[in-house]
Amino acid sequence: MGRADGVGGSPGLARQRARRWLLAVAAVAILCGMWEGYKALGEATDGTVLGWDLPARYDDLSMPHLTDVVARFSEPTNRGTTESVGVSVLKGAWYTLQLAGLGLAVGIAVGLGLAVLMQRFRVAERGLLPYVILSQTVPFAALAPLVAGWSGRFDVLGYEWEQWMSVSFIASYLAFFPIAVGALKGLQSPTAATIELMDSYAAPARATLFKVRFPSAVPYLVPALRLAFASAIVGSIVAEISVGRRGGLGRLILEYSQQASSDPPKVYTAMLGAALLGLVVAGVVNLVELWVLRNRPLGDVR
Amino acid sequence: MNTPEPATVRAVAVSKIFNPHKANQVDALIDVDLTVEPGELVSLIGPSGCGKSTLLRLIANLIEPTSGDLTVNGKSARQARLDQDYGMAFQQAGLFEWRTVARNIELPLELRKWSKADRRARASEMLELVKLGEFAHHHPWELSGGMQQRVAIARALSFRPRMLLMDEPFGALDEMTREHMQAELLRICSETGTTVVFVTHSIPEAVYLSNRVVVMSPRPGRIVRVVDVPLGRRDDDTRESAEFFKKITEVREALRGIEGGGDPRSADVERLRSAGGDFR
Repeated sequence: MGRADGVGGSPGLARQRARRWLLAVAAVAILCGMWEGYKALGEATDGTVLGWDLPARYDDLSMPHLTDVVARFSEPTNRGTTESVGVSVLKGAWYTLQLAGLGLAVGIAVGLGLAVLMQRFRVAERGLLPYVILSQTVPFAALAPLVAGWSGRFDVLGYEWEQWMSVSFIASYLAFFPIAVGALKGLQSPTAATIELMDSYAAPARATLFKVRFPSAVPYLVPALRLAFASAIVGSIVAEISVGRRGGLGRLILEYSQQASSDPPKVYTAMLGAALLGLVVAGVVNLVELWVLRNRPLGDVR
Repeated sequence: MNTPEPATVRAVAVSKIFNPHKANQVDALIDVDLTVEPGELVSLIGPSGCGKSTLLRLIANLIEPTSGDLTVNGKSARQARLDQDYGMAFQQAGLFEWRTVARNIELPLELRKWSKADRRARASEMLELVKLGEFAHHHPWELSGGMQQRVAIARALSFRPRMLLMDEPFGALDEMTREHMQAELLRICSETGTTVVFVTHSIPEAVYLSNRVVVMSPRPGRIVRVVDVPLGRRDDDTRESAEFFKKITEVREALRGIEGGGDPRSADVERLRSAGGDFR
């Protein structure tokens, strides 16, 4: 495919990318420095700087050394177990990613379906859109116990509703919203002249949908997907906690924080695991973005 | 071949009223009679709100007339649209940014379920016609405005319709590019024998391009005069000939005869159109 000069991998872009990486590394380094610096300051001054008490406790119980946190990853989870914390966290992250991924897939399908319906029929937009928005104002904390109660209560197509389904359901419930709203905006984005052009070809609505509306919606879907991904992950972690599902990061965060007084670094390992999961997912979305927008003008994300 | 070819467009007493019997009723077109013969290039000119775009959309069957009789190629406008008897080009080239230039031209052929090989062949043929052969695999956003408009024309002609409907296609181009595009359009039409109905705001453009210039007036939209332009074959000298200027003056005087603008209602039709009122 021929590409005009200066669009693909120009030296300016490469330098920009390198600088972005450098900034990211520097930001992490600065955060680590602040953490350890605060601790060191607290220990050196016994918690009082120029007559002011430090706002947060700096002892190892509240703020373990970062080296201890990192070291904790390679140590066994509990006394008497062989599995290291690192492996447990990775397993938990993988499990959560699976539940979130399933929820996201359902959320995307439902979101796109609703968007197509709302674009096609104005009545549907009038009738559905308020409820789509309303769905997100229901407090998540109120919804979770309700959904948690579904397990074992009813069947879906012959399958009994299981606990993990509740977790994925909550993830999909949060993920469908940005997709539905973004896709609707994108599907409605072609100009009147574009639609007239398709009408002049006597194109059926389905052809207009697939050849014009969906491709037009792609730049709107990228940021929607980013939001949906994040919502699905956070939703899964919190849902695991409130549903009481074992195996995922949410459960680990809960368990480890119960051991906070005896094993402070452990709490942070699970949190770092969640952050890592977020980073991986953000990377996946970036790759998706690069791929779907490869043939578009720069700066085409709406 | 004993029966004469039917007129490409025949409009008899065609009217279009937006929002009839309502407070915001707009008489976009009243009792319009117009015949366009095969191979002719006819321009529609007039101030905003004179219904020239509405008339073009009626011919294209993008909207239905309120009353009157309208045939295209001897059949109903609707049937002509379904048979894809015409191609269309707008002021914005309206190319799809995610498709290459060649794949943009292939779009109408895809909709007609042409095979890939046939589409490829026709697209490169059309690109040669508009002299953009080497840009087949570029994306539209890598092309200048004039080049994009040429791609739009190639797309409109890709399935070899007998008629081209153009709504201010060169309106967004600079003067030099515009004159070049006008010459290109005439060359393409003489090579392909395409009939053209052309909406424009520009008097010199209308006179240079057309066999006939249809002058329209607003409130209500109607045809006030049809100016014949028997200038023969056009070239660069045409633009400087006395005949050319005489015709420009004739069209300008026909337009002056119309009560001038300044009425806020003159933009009604445009506004209605953008608001999607009474629109398919």
